[in-house]
Amino acid sequence: MALTTATHPDRPSAAGIQPSRSMRARMQDALPKLVLAPSFAITLIFVYGFILWTIYLSFTNSKAFPKYVLTDARAYQRLWRWTFESDPPSSWYTSITNMGIFGVLYIAICLGLGLLIAILLDQKIRGEGLLRPIYLYPMALSFIVTGVAWKWFLDPGLGLEQTLHQWGWTSFHFDWIKNKDFVIYTVVIAGVWQASGFVMAMFLAGLRGIDSEIVKASQIDGASTFQLYRRIIIPLLRPVFLSALIVLAHMAIKSYDLVVALTSGGPGGSAWLPSNFMYEYTFKRNEMAVGSASAVIMLATISAIIVPYLYSELREKAR
Amino acid sequence: MSAALAASRRTPGSSIVPRIVIYGLLIFFALIYLIPFFVMLVTSLKTMPEIQQGNMLALPKAPTIDPWIRAWGEACVGLTCEGIHGYFWNSIKMVVPAVAISTILGALNGYVLTKWRFKGHKLVFGLMLFACFIPFQAVLLPMATVLGEFGQIGKALTNATGFAFGFGNPTVNLVFVHVVYGLGFTTLFFRNYYEAFPTELVKAAMVDGASFFQIFRRVLLPNSLPIIVVTVIYQFTNIWNDFLFASAYAGSGDVMPMTVALNNVVNTSTGVVEYNVNMAAAMIAAMPTLLVYVLAGRYFVRGLMAGAVKG
Repeated sequence: MALTTATHPDRPSAAGIQPSRSMRARMQDALPKLVLAPSFAITLIFVYGFILWTIYLSFTNSKAFPKYVLTDARAYQRLWRWTFESDPPSSWYTSITNMGIFGVLYIAICLGLGLLIAILLDQKIRGEGLLRPIYLYPMALSFIVTGVAWKWFLDPGLGLEQTLHQWGWTSFHFDWIKNKDFVIYTVVIAGVWQASGFVMAMFLAGLRGIDSEIVKASQIDGASTFQLYRRIIIPLLRPVFLSALIVLAHMAIKSYDLVVALTSGGPGGSAWLPSNFMYEYTFKRNEMAVGSASAVIMLATISAIIVPYLYSELREKAR
Repeated sequence: MSAALAASRRTPGSSIVPRIVIYGLLIFFALIYLIPFFVMLVTSLKTMPEIQQGNMLALPKAPTIDPWIRAWGEACVGLTCEGIHGYFWNSIKMVVPAVAISTILGALNGYVLTKWRFKGHKLVFGLMLFACFIPFQAVLLPMATVLGEFGQIGKALTNATGFAFGFGNPTVNLVFVHVVYGLGFTTLFFRNYYEAFPTELVKAAMVDGASFFQIFRRVLLPNSLPIIVVTVIYQFTNIWNDFLFASAYAGSGDVMPMTVALNNVVNTSTGVVEYNVNMAAAMIAAMPTLLVYVLAGRYFVRGLMAGAVKG
């Protein structure tokens, strides 16, 4: 990782004080490293070692059990071939297409809705303390609970559709959760419901951090409220957009539970995301090498987003 | 003063209609966020006939806690019908040690990484931080293999000594997994918190001859309550809500944590589907984290933010 190159003068730290070189002092010198060592070793082995292990497995022909004879990149070749197998769609094609649909909609709607509610809440609202927790509580629930609740709510025979029928809107039809072409959108709905309040909280914190002098100055210049937000405030929130984007992208790629609980994978696996693909192929279909290869692809995708972000964050901190 | 305050002051006369729109929208959104939970709650208090005939948004005509009692003590998870209470305790037994161990280690790591810096501390922190973001799918299979080995060790130990020392115990396994993959977050929280802690105090204590652990215990820990609360809440919520590790390493039998058991209750196809019992089970599964959220919402949000805005 490129972080090694980020050299900089250390902040003055307590380690800078020279103790007398007694036995006890020397032990004191080594102690901090000894305390940190187990955690670091655990991370190296169980994160980085395991990642290498998974990469290794993806180049074998492991089926139900891991095999450690390197063969070739057959697992990747199969994934590559499946990538273009759209009719009938291969499981992998479905998974990555769903990832695209889910990722884009989930992130865009969470950002849009989060920003909107945050701006509305920032208008000196009476009862803000009452409203804010309502938007945020879904974040405390597990994806499984969210999935169970929405599965019920979206069920055509029991939930929303039936309720509207009872209220007299008999032509209302909403069976996305059972429709293989639309089931992924129900995952978007439940996902947005869960995470948008959190994005709202991030934006609200950002709005509260804006210097009121800037706002006053632009008002003296005669900017309307709309202009004020469009030209001044929203551009100032760019760092929040970035943080929220990273968090959401990361959550989207890792989403697994929600698909399982809400749709049980959807009709014929039509709601799968790559995380579901990986789990199914590894543990249920005895295609361990293919499962590992898909995990490696997921990791590479997340890394492409996270590494530059972390790098810039850590560097900025050093300045 | 917030931006909005300044903005709304500009046009005091014409602000009544926009105010109505703003409040209307906010209340509308609040209702939408509340509805799924509301439906879950009222359904869990209804009888089955009422669910089949009635409206899902209607309040229960004769509220009954029978579904809750049945969910706790009788609901079927797969083929065993003993309720979810056992799985609830499984989760508790997993969460408490995992949160405690990862929080303590995170505090020590944060302390070393800020107050006892050494060459390469940034790299160490960077590597631990990146570990927070990996998709766990990338480590799922090797961990399964290693936990399988633990099971073998446990068997050998049982044969030799009559006691497995926790090896191969699914709860111990999950505690281990959650500590390993929670370390990055707990270290991050404490590191960022201690970064702002005055180094002069640490130096003064050193001059007074305090040792590494004495400084930690007497100087840093007494000032760490807020971040401890944040970390504990964050870890508690994450570990309680985990499903991937739980289903991969304790996915069947009576060792399942709550999330896996709930998913099984809902998907159990034997007999008539009792939606009220399912919803009660979901409510019970959600209760601990919701309780934490209600009691310590401020810290909950702070944890999320700290986990989101890195570095």
